[in-house]
Amino acid sequence: MIKKGTWVEIEEVVLQPEDRSNAIPEETKKTPLKLWAKGFCLEDSEIGEVAKIETVTKRVIEGVVTEVNPRYIHDFGDFVQDIMYVGPQAREILWGDSNE
Amino acid sequence: MNKYEELMGKKGEIMLKSVGIDYSKYETGKLSFDYERMLRDTGYSLSDVMKIQSEVGVGNTPLIELKNLTTLARKVSKTGKAARIFVKDESCNPSGSFKDRRAAVSVYDAKCRGYKGVASATSGNYGAAVASQAAMRGLKCIIVQECYDSKKIGQPEILEKDRKCECFGAEVIRLTVGPELFYTYLKVLDEENYYNASLYSTYGITGVETLGYEIATECREKLGKDPDVVMITHAGGGNVTGTARGLIKAGANDTKVVGASVDLSGLHMASDIDFNRKSFTTGHTGFGIPFMTNPDRSDVPRSAARPLRYLDRYVTVPQGEVFYMTELLAQIEGLERGPAGNTSLAAAFVISQEMDDDQIIVVQETEYTGAGKHVLPQLSFARNNGIEIKVGNPEEEVPGKTVILPDHPSKMMAKDMDLDGYRKSYINNAVKRAEGNTIEPVDFEYLCVETKMDREKVAKLLEDLGITVE
Repeated sequence: MIKKGTWVEIEEVVLQPEDRSNAIPEETKKTPLKLWAKGFCLEDSEIGEVAKIETVTKRVIEGVVTEVNPRYIHDFGDFVQDIMYVGPQAREILWGDSNE
Repeated sequence: MNKYEELMGKKGEIMLKSVGIDYSKYETGKLSFDYERMLRDTGYSLSDVMKIQSEVGVGNTPLIELKNLTTLARKVSKTGKAARIFVKDESCNPSGSFKDRRAAVSVYDAKCRGYKGVASATSGNYGAAVASQAAMRGLKCIIVQECYDSKKIGQPEILEKDRKCECFGAEVIRLTVGPELFYTYLKVLDEENYYNASLYSTYGITGVETLGYEIATECREKLGKDPDVVMITHAGGGNVTGTARGLIKAGANDTKVVGASVDLSGLHMASDIDFNRKSFTTGHTGFGIPFMTNPDRSDVPRSAARPLRYLDRYVTVPQGEVFYMTELLAQIEGLERGPAGNTSLAAAFVISQEMDDDQIIVVQETEYTGAGKHVLPQLSFARNNGIEIKVGNPEEEVPGKTVILPDHPSKMMAKDMDLDGYRKSYINNAVKRAEGNTIEPVDFEYLCVETKMDREKVAKLLEDLGITVE
């Protein structure tokens, strides 16, 4: 159970496909416009249940709970071998072998 | 009428209460409006803006000469010559980009007018800038971001901006792809009565004027002359417009203003599929061209960003070149900066080679870097989304399919875009407002200034479109 006061993320469908703008590509038009927001649970809840939250700006909004204590997932990515030549090649052009 | 259309119908009313500008009073003819009067009416002079920005540590960023990059340009230049390349290190602003200049004025204005909070619709650095300024001025802040595709997969660069906004205490509303972001944004403005810190408001543009002004005055102080070229990354047009206006205010009338965007041709900005097939979320042609040919498509009725008034030249560069240049900047200049801010640097490397050794080219921004906003995560993300990353000839890059890092600095290229063609499309779009296929003399004068074209050319284009001047 998610206790009241826990920091969670919620999901809300803003516009169903039929309510979306007509001026968008077909692949987008067939999906709903969704929204995610974070805040403190105002009641005990469970993942997948509808709950009310209070956001950091004190707005109270409602949505399906998707995550507890959501973390940032972005990082510095994988090692990319392809860029390894960039510096050495430029230094070679600039300063030649004497740079070693 | 569906839910979307219903709320869009209230747009004018919501705008008036959230920006506090009655745009209707600037309308003059059938399609024209008094741009200069609209900008004057902000009530903030250039020196007021400088004071507002200096209070919050914005502006007066270092102008750094990129000596090794200049030498490299000369080594690979066909003539053996290249202009001296300088960069305005805008990453030194509080939230890490030139966008602080725009946010500083808007948030100050919101505070003076007694709003309790500010809001902005942006997936870019501007969100962090508004959040940072709001934190400094003690206002609440909501940022509405286009963040994910329908599978909730987000560009690492946007995820980082989300984090950055939250670290300044802002609430971030993250949405799936689509222009109805504006719907959610209007709803927030309507319900919360926040100030609309629009990128395209007059305040957002006057804030950038200090950047152009600083470049001109610093070049005179350090180098004894005005820059020959200022290279500006172009997206929504505010960067070009504000910088160019600042140069003009400093009297740098001979400086050429050159815009550069990342080439994302063929990718649809509102496509759920294309969304994660691009490696740049701003500074690209997907914003650059539509906002040039139809500036009044933004979140305010009359955009203060009007790039065609100021651009002397416009080029595009492939994504791979910008990543290459970002890596090069770190490796030979010791400056690790975010990729998107290096779009104009990639173009400057090429354009410098058309110039003489004693000439000066200034790249007018850098942006902060970090997890997500970096060559490695952005290339990893592209590869994981089926984009082929390779080293070779950047001319062969196909947006959404390949990212090609130039195999040698001599392969760097910038593609000249047809500004006259965009001016023509601008006029095509503008005259759609002209009822009965006639326009007034004031409209004619307006079109000449808007497109920076001579009267004969504008008259000819109008004639071809069957539009007569009353």
